Amino acid sequence: MSTVAVEVTPTLPEVHYLNADYGWRSWLFTTDHKRIAWLYLFAITGFFAVGGLMATLMRLNLVEPQGALMEPASYNKLFTAHGLIMIFFFLAPSIPTVLGNFLIPIMIGARDVAFPKLNLLSWYIFMLAGSVFMLAVIRGGVDTGWTLYTPLSTTYANGHVLSAAVGIFISGFSSILTGLNFMVTIHKMRAPGMTWFRLPLFIWSLYATSVIFVLAMPVIAITLALIALERVFHVGIFDPALGGDPILFQHLFWFFGHPEVYILILPSMGVISELVAAGCRKRVFGYSFVAFSSVAIAAISFMVWGLHMFLTGQSVYAGFVFSALSFAVAIPSAIKVFNWTATMHKASVSYDAPMLYAIGFIGLFTIGGLTGLFLASLGTDVHLHDTYFVVAHFHYVMVGGAIMGYLGGLHLWWPKMTGKLYPEAWARFACLLVFAGFNLTFGPQFILGYLGMPRRYAVYPPEFQVLNVMSSAGASILAVGYFIPLVYFTWSAFKGPVAGPNPWGAKGLEWTIPSPPPTNNFDVTPIVTQEAYAYGHEEAHVG
Amino acid sequence: MADAHVSAAPVAHQFDDFQQQTVADTFGMWLFLATEVLFFGGLFCGYSLYRNLYFEAFTAGSHLLKIQYGAFYTVLLICSSLTMALGVRAAQLRQKHALTIYLILTWIMGFAFVYVKLRYEWYGDYLEGLIPGVNWAPSRESLEMVNHFHATLPHLALFFIFYFCMTGLHALHMIVGLGLLTTLLIFTQQGKVTGGNYNWVEIVGLYWHFVDIVWIFLFPLLYLIGGRYV
Repeated sequence: MSTVAVEVTPTLPEVHYLNADYGWRSWLFTTDHKRIAWLYLFAITGFFAVGGLMATLMRLNLVEPQGALMEPASYNKLFTAHGLIMIFFFLAPSIPTVLGNFLIPIMIGARDVAFPKLNLLSWYIFMLAGSVFMLAVIRGGVDTGWTLYTPLSTTYANGHVLSAAVGIFISGFSSILTGLNFMVTIHKMRAPGMTWFRLPLFIWSLYATSVIFVLAMPVIAITLALIALERVFHVGIFDPALGGDPILFQHLFWFFGHPEVYILILPSMGVISELVAAGCRKRVFGYSFVAFSSVAIAAISFMVWGLHMFLTGQSVYAGFVFSALSFAVAIPSAIKVFNWTATMHKASVSYDAPMLYAIGFIGLFTIGGLTGLFLASLGTDVHLHDTYFVVAHFHYVMVGGAIMGYLGGLHLWWPKMTGKLYPEAWARFACLLVFAGFNLTFGPQFILGYLGMPRRYAVYPPEFQVLNVMSSAGASILAVGYFIPLVYFTWSAFKGPVAGPNPWGAKGLEWTIPSPPPTNNFDVTPIVTQEAYAYGHEEAHVG
Repeated sequence: MADAHVSAAPVAHQFDDFQQQTVADTFGMWLFLATEVLFFGGLFCGYSLYRNLYFEAFTAGSHLLKIQYGAFYTVLLICSSLTMALGVRAAQLRQKHALTIYLILTWIMGFAFVYVKLRYEWYGDYLEGLIPGVNWAPSRESLEMVNHFHATLPHLALFFIFYFCMTGLHALHMIVGLGLLTTLLIFTQQGKVTGGNYNWVEIVGLYWHFVDIVWIFLFPLLYLIGGRYV
């Protein structure tokens, strides 16, 4: 599968982090960042399955204009739970807690994160949050949409808003602690010679993500606390009948909410930088531009929240400023896309599964990003606001972008995490299925939205049926595409061929140590003398 | 400050030396405080908005608070910040006895804050019917105050909700701080602090000063603003 000729058959190291200790205690009480990554991997895979199942049910319901499966009330609960689970319990933790936990200390040449016990605590907080939230869903769910807008959520909704809010509140602290841990680790734990500008771009992305974790999550926490208070005591914080201002909630929510969506995409951008470098065997074009564009996205993310409120009682001048600032996000995003593409220019590009995911990401993210500009424009947003156009836009960014990056990253580093290879042909096939299924699912939704189909409706006029059926058909292909990796990864973990320390011939500290790595990562602290992605000329021709 | 040769503190396996561990711990606390600023920030934002919208009600509400309590807390917390800072100094000089005394003094002042707030101020508010959602039945004097400023009762309730949220969240942080001080006292008696991890005092101190600074903002916002002394 690899393009690098392997001369000796690789063997697994005798002692590594996976077999250093056995028994459930050695996993549930571990402070090893690599094992904690696995704890997260299992947890978020579970949440992804639940959230995905809900999406499947929704798409099934939308096969018929009057709803094929369920009452509109159930549909409301379904899309609410789908959104909240996918955002707070799958996408936000996905790359940071799995790949980030596993790779950050290794990539910077450290033995562990700065606060290993805190790292484990974050997982327990996350599991507590997930349990509280899932209990709310099982006991009857919430029907407010993931945005929990007031006064619907505080006064009129009948569901279990309180316990759902408590679950999300708790999950925020898990994210805060993870972000804090990563920032301290990246600042203080780098190996000798690992300067900021020798860091892999994945680290820059996760650093930017961590900044947002630390600064945005507390805002949603306090906002949810106010929601809970209002729901219990009905004192009028967000109730216009008592003088409260529901728009205040939207300001607070989107001050968190827009940075949050960059939490979801930034880590993926970091993964793509690594995938592109490894797949092209080249230094990423314009390293410092790509690095700083991550920081720029994080910084601008805190100044664009008003773009969600063009139509909900905001002055036209504020709207104008927010629109301009939102357009500004396109600049660092475009820098990344152009630089990845420029990296591929005249490179010997491999078409292994990780690189296929990267190429898919670049295409889909470009569509998702550009359609975002339609929504950031004051005029067009009036037409497109709250339609399927919005749904399609953010799924292109979050599914076509974030999940493609997550899966691509899993495919690149799976041999490092397990020491085993997976069947490359199946991986490529699954990637193509995901790409095709995804486009079939969400492409028609752009048209639906443009034609005026509102989001969050359980029923729709019959003339929209063809496009909806196309979308549902695509969703089923997408589901198969997500299921196949689950099967071959499980197979690979037990029966896969041994990978060896560096199956891709890639650069980076993580590829210099055995796969799977020893518990301490490095027997001797490495001394870094090279820039990131120091691919030599001789390797550029391999393959 | 961080002389490697004097420290007998155990260095966790992920760190190379005590110096790296110390700066990492301190930086972690600074980041946590950044989170806290945003956490309180949501409430400050809401307060500012409603104070702008319902200036009269917020003025009336401010007049209904007892400024003696606010002033008392302020003096208490500023003094406790001093003893905390002296404690950090004592820890750096490895003076176990002095550190113990400063920590106990800080603890006593912190406890006095929480006790007076809950037992006297808030209980008094409860008896006067000034807690929206729990016991909201403002007395005749309170209603006169509302009328005097041409405010309305629901808007006064908004003032009190923010008053209780902000000071409540602050009091919660004080209670956590008391727990941290207690832990620190135990570790000091075990010789773990002056014998090595003196930076723990610095880290708890950072937290303690932060909570004090929050009060320094809360006191004028809630008790003083409103033209009471014009």
